[in-house]
Amino acid sequence: MPPLLEVSELSKAFPLRGATRMLATFRGGPQAVQAVSDVSFNVAAGETLGLIGESGCGKSTVARCITRVIDPTSGTVLLNGQNIAALDKTAMRRARHDVQMVFQDPTAALNPRLTVRRMVEEPLRLEGKLTSTQRRERLFEVMDDVGLGRDLVDRYPHEMSGGQRQRVNIARAIATHPRFVVLDEPTSALDVSLRSRIILLLEHLRKRLGLAYLFISHDIATVKYLAQRIAVMYLGRIVEEAPGAELFARPAHPYTRALLSAVPVPDPDAATERFPLSGEIPSPLAIPTGCALRGRCPLAQPICAEPVPLRDIAPGRKVACHLA
Amino acid sequence: MTALLETEALTVHFATSDGPVEAVDGADLTVRTGEVFGLVGESGSGKSVTAMAIMRLIQPPGRIVKGSIRFAGIDLATLSEKAMRDVRGSRIALVPQSPRTSLNPVMSVGKQISRVISVHGGLGWRASGARAIELLAMVGVPDPAHRAKQYAHQLSGGTCQRVMIAMALATSPQLLIADEPTTGLDVSIASRIIELLRDLGKRTGAAIILITHDLGTVAQSCDRFAVMHAGQIVESGDTRCLFRAPAHPYTHALLRSIPRVDADVVLQPIAGSVPALLHPPAGCRYQRRCELAMPVCCEKPRRTSVSVSHDVACFAAEKKYAAAS
Amino acid sequence: MTLTSAPDLATPPVRRPFRQGMARLRRDPVSLGALIIILAMVLAAVFAPWAAPYDPNATDISVALEASSWAHLLGTDVYGRDQLSRIIYAARIDLLIPAAATAIALIIGCAIGAVAGYRGGWLDHIVMRCVEAVMAFPALVLAMGLAAALGSGLGNLVIVIAVTQVPTYLRLIRGEMLRVRDMEYAEAARTVGNGDGRIIFVHLLPNCIPPIIVQATLSLGYGLLTMATLSFLGLGVRPPDSEWGEMTAEGASQIVTGEWWLFVFPGLAIIFTVLAFNLVGDALRDLLDPRMRGVK
Repeated sequence: MPPLLEVSELSKAFPLRGATRMLATFRGGPQAVQAVSDVSFNVAAGETLGLIGESGCGKSTVARCITRVIDPTSGTVLLNGQNIAALDKTAMRRARHDVQMVFQDPTAALNPRLTVRRMVEEPLRLEGKLTSTQRRERLFEVMDDVGLGRDLVDRYPHEMSGGQRQRVNIARAIATHPRFVVLDEPTSALDVSLRSRIILLLEHLRKRLGLAYLFISHDIATVKYLAQRIAVMYLGRIVEEAPGAELFARPAHPYTRALLSAVPVPDPDAATERFPLSGEIPSPLAIPTGCALRGRCPLAQPICAEPVPLRDIAPGRKVACHLA
Repeated sequence: MTALLETEALTVHFATSDGPVEAVDGADLTVRTGEVFGLVGESGSGKSVTAMAIMRLIQPPGRIVKGSIRFAGIDLATLSEKAMRDVRGSRIALVPQSPRTSLNPVMSVGKQISRVISVHGGLGWRASGARAIELLAMVGVPDPAHRAKQYAHQLSGGTCQRVMIAMALATSPQLLIADEPTTGLDVSIASRIIELLRDLGKRTGAAIILITHDLGTVAQSCDRFAVMHAGQIVESGDTRCLFRAPAHPYTHALLRSIPRVDADVVLQPIAGSVPALLHPPAGCRYQRRCELAMPVCCEKPRRTSVSVSHDVACFAAEKKYAAAS
Repeated sequence: MTLTSAPDLATPPVRRPFRQGMARLRRDPVSLGALIIILAMVLAAVFAPWAAPYDPNATDISVALEASSWAHLLGTDVYGRDQLSRIIYAARIDLLIPAAATAIALIIGCAIGAVAGYRGGWLDHIVMRCVEAVMAFPALVLAMGLAAALGSGLGNLVIVIAVTQVPTYLRLIRGEMLRVRDMEYAEAARTVGNGDGRIIFVHLLPNCIPPIIVQATLSLGYGLLTMATLSFLGLGVRPPDSEWGEMTAEGASQIVTGEWWLFVFPGLAIIFTVLAFNLVGDALRDLLDPRMRGVK
């Protein structure tokens, strides 16, 4: 069976503007920020793929390219065999009912001037398949799905709590029965007790509705809980991809090892072995050639200056490292 | 170890037109010399307000209603504002949540640090400039002499936070209050900042109060910690004791509600939400979310010792431990 | 564990902005007074036939140029017309024309400003350069020039005042658009399949309303002032239509002979109304725009 979503060689460059561009021309540097380069991955129906990495690694740009909030520079995004990266505006608007997105900040993602009813019904109205009565029924159905009382439909966002707002965001995303939902840090802005509820809700909805998720987060523990497979990004590239349990048991890429060892374990007796990288993430305008981690990796060898493709090392496991 | 800071029945209210918001309700805390003390809670639990109260930085309409704050033998709660300013600058220092906005954008970071030194330490500008570079080296900023000449926008978030820590250390304080010092930083940077704080505490002998909502950070870096819920301290004590045998139902629930990287767990969310602090329930504020709630919970639970270094404020836990011993 | 029903999520109480506004107003007597002046003016204008003690155009030479008395509260003019009645009737034009001009300026300014701000790029550049060209003229000079070119008439007056106000709205809305177009809810609106038009006018524009309301209130005052100035200079409303600015112009010629009331009372009407609109606008800004709160 072909995968539901097939992303191949997706790249996005943001051209520099104004004074920064002039400076770059003057110094002979690059004229664009390469936010994402040659990213490829698949997501099967009903599966959650976790995408982790530090800020600036390009994971949110990947999300926005897939949902076409921004247009990718090159590459294909096949959803059900249809390349949504190449669709024009009108065709894309139709395709949107199949791929939806939940945003990080539940408050900022809701229009403060619209009621819950209008926001959740909007994708249905734009889809234009249902009559107004059917839309109302569907509205109540998704409100039940996400665990919101039907009495809340006429509320405005500021009349709800943070947890309720994120539930509204999820309700809006699943209203049109999409098969694929991009979750961009949906739990990061939430408090501990709300976070666990939203995590459980997302898992419950995936199982019940057969949704596939691309789950983007820097909260590695949450990704571990939700994702079956995990891809790790560093400076715009995927450096490792593996089934969740495998990745945590035997991280193959030095960056993955460093990232996982930095997560504080809520157990005072846990024997943690740090795998420190030196320095800080380089500017995306000055990505080293070859392996991007080269300057920071304690294991670096002369060969690391050579280009390093993402290659298979075991069934379902890929890594972009000469030494792994 | 001796107690450096002891608060007793510390209560902070914020006046509103509908009545007082009871942000901190009778907080008892003990921080010992040279330790890292964690203060954990969800947002709105009053952990930051407690820290601000210790520094006497509560602004009207907020007010310390009652309670004492004993710091190295003096009661900060009754100290004059002038004397307090001295304490704040030189003996208690704050590492803020957002380092970038806390730095002056039009002054080089080295100058900002040396200003603090010359104001509080009475050093000349040349000596304080040299000391600033020394401090930057101490907090692990590479090439400190060069970095000292740079401005906040030229530095990464992690480096900004290091600069803030250097500034806090400039006057060799006895107590460092770090209010969510890793918010907005990536995991690898965050872990290094926490490590740095811990290491500096050991080297300078300063006690650190680390305010956080992350139990992982507490487990990895604090000697002791306290859990706050809706303005009340529900449990406090030795980190190992609290993680192994949490006595308060809230601490227990908190530990079960977080996904973990080290084990496969089944998440169990905490029931209910943090109660409003305007007209909160009388007695224990966790009672409406608690599965062990009893009629007696409408009274305020006393702080009782579970073991040598483990206190809890809960009637159910009290009963359980009374029966066990 | 509650998943499908979440009774545990506390729902915050509904806030009532109107009631909040009234409570705030009660503590602010100056703004309250200003609001009362405006309401009184509007009521007087609407119910002029009942509010005015005399027919504003009824001449009675026997009482010409009389100072204030119980019979004629604000005195009479050369033809013996009751000044109070004339001021009340003139309020119709004085309120209606700035209102019409503001409405036109608001609609045009918002539409162009919203599209320019949202789309950005070359469109934004062209629009903004045009706005700057218009704004390079002092507003009054522009108004005088236009009024002279278009000729008299109430309709032309509306156009003149509207043109001087369009740039203000345009820049205001463009700025607001730049702020809201990158908000997550704008992206969310795009991901559910909204077109650009719907995003601009259904999702984003309603979020720019508070500063528009403030600006509209202020520009009612400015519009009135512009019209009164034009009329005073003879470029606006001309007799037999009467308007406060035109009345002050008539009254000005009587000052030397001592009949000060013909100049002072219409002038006071202008001052109080413009001031009232400004005060209410400021109060609205305090109420609607949290960024300005506490800045005085």
